[in-house]
Amino acid sequence: MTNWERFVDSFFNARVAVEYFPKIVEGFWLTIVLAACIIVTGLAAGLLLAVVRAFAIRPLNLLIIFVVDLFRALPPLVIIALLYFGLPAAGLSMDGFVCAWIALAAVLMAFSEEIFWAGITAVPKGQWEAARSTGLGFLQTLGYVVLPQALRMTIPPLTNRTIAITKGTALASVVAVPDILGAANAGVSFSFNPTPLTMGAAAYLVLFLPVVIFGRWVETRFAWKR
Amino acid sequence: MAIVEATGIHKHFGALHVLKGVDLVVEEKQLVFVIGPSGSGKSTLLRCLNRLEEPSGGAIVVDGVDMLSPRTDINKARQRIGMVFQSFNLYPHMTALGNVTLALRKVLGLGRAEAEKRGQAALDRVHLADRAGHFPGQLSGGQQQRVAIARAIALEPRVMLFDEPTSALDPELVGGVLEAMRELRQDGMTMVVVSHEMAFARAAADRVVFMADGAVVESGTPDEVFGNPQHERTKAFIGQIGRH
Ligand SMILES: Nc1ncnc2c1ncn2[C@@H]1O[C@H](COP(=O)(O)OP(=O)(O)OP(=O)(O)O)[C@@H](O)[C@H]1O
Ligand SMILES: [Mg+2]
Repeated sequence: MTNWERFVDSFFNARVAVEYFPKIVEGFWLTIVLAACIIVTGLAAGLLLAVVRAFAIRPLNLLIIFVVDLFRALPPLVIIALLYFGLPAAGLSMDGFVCAWIALAAVLMAFSEEIFWAGITAVPKGQWEAARSTGLGFLQTLGYVVLPQALRMTIPPLTNRTIAITKGTALASVVAVPDILGAANAGVSFSFNPTPLTMGAAAYLVLFLPVVIFGRWVETRFAWKR
Repeated sequence: MAIVEATGIHKHFGALHVLKGVDLVVEEKQLVFVIGPSGSGKSTLLRCLNRLEEPSGGAIVVDGVDMLSPRTDINKARQRIGMVFQSFNLYPHMTALGNVTLALRKVLGLGRAEAEKRGQAALDRVHLADRAGHFPGQLSGGQQQRVAIARAIALEPRVMLFDEPTSALDPELVGGVLEAMRELRQDGMTMVVVSHEMAFARAAADRVVFMADGAVVESGTPDEVFGNPQHERTKAFIGQIGRH
């Protein structure tokens, strides 16, 4: 075999590709489900924390800032490992999928809270005053006047951050979740051929390239114009 | 009958004593005009009246409601006090009609159709009925300020507070806003106006209040305060403005 033939046989082996294609597809759907779970819960929790923070209750805000900084500082893989390998020692064991979900959702919560909060504080004080002067309450002002403007400002940074954290779903393969990377790794160890990894990379591209392009579009679309 | 009765209002910002026992009485259908040098506390006084700013002491009664009582529902009380700001503060994500109807729907609880009917009528009063569907970014500064006036009068307040409503406008746009205010006055609205538009004060004000250093120095009819000021500070201030 020439070098070229060896290269093609390793990374683009048709027989191996056909054999492991179904596993990769299963991993593909699992990655999508995991990502969806992370995005929905992570963003919801981040928004909730930012709204709570707007009430300006000092002890509560210090707690929020602490939690947010904690999850921004810890590497996601460390959180996943703590949940998966550490918690059983405390008599609580969770499925790898759930560990990855909770860990990455917590990280997305932390980063998105900061972004939502920055958006809320960027809305001019005059908006609050105008709304309150017409008799709208605090929550009504937040909901109808401030958040719609804040969210619009946060969409571009939020999209980028969400994409970055969602790519972290690949970490779930470390705790035995058969997502794309998990399925590809398993394929490699059974076939002694790295072709499943090539397919895995292709699957990630199919999944994330449109999302990245969408993020680019969002960034230009929502460039702030008043 | 007095609509606004503020007595002995004090306001501190930390160590800064901004209002030092200000009294202000506004009778029904009166237009009271407040003037004074920058930093004298005019805006702070206005903002204390609807409690956007919390007074440190004193009493404020608006339309019979004790504004500083803990038993007063402040959101309810604010419905009767319209406010117009120097920087308009329209909601940029809503149309002119949306700006006007938000409080009608969420505060008064009107249905959409009823709110839009009243909102349109309010826009009509400031001659902007044809701009109902425009967003603030598509309106001139003068039009935006008139929408802000419509937003306030749609709630049918008992008194309107204006904090330098024309100061952020290009000169050619000032007239339209003053005209809207003049019409409001003719319709019998009670108004407190902080402004530097002296010609408007002479033409429309019942009483002029001159403030300096957080206190009312003197007050009287426009003729008295502008034509024959009693205090040195008033004379100096009027003289200065006259030269512009
Ligand atoms: N939120 C605040 N915190 C601290 N100081 C404030 C605050 N708001 C106003 N002040 C101070 O209070 C004083 C009175 O301010 P105010 O805005 O009432 O004056 P004004 O008469 O409206 O002046 P201008 O003509 O410039 O609008 C000023 O010294 C100002 O710096
Ligand atoms: Mg002012």
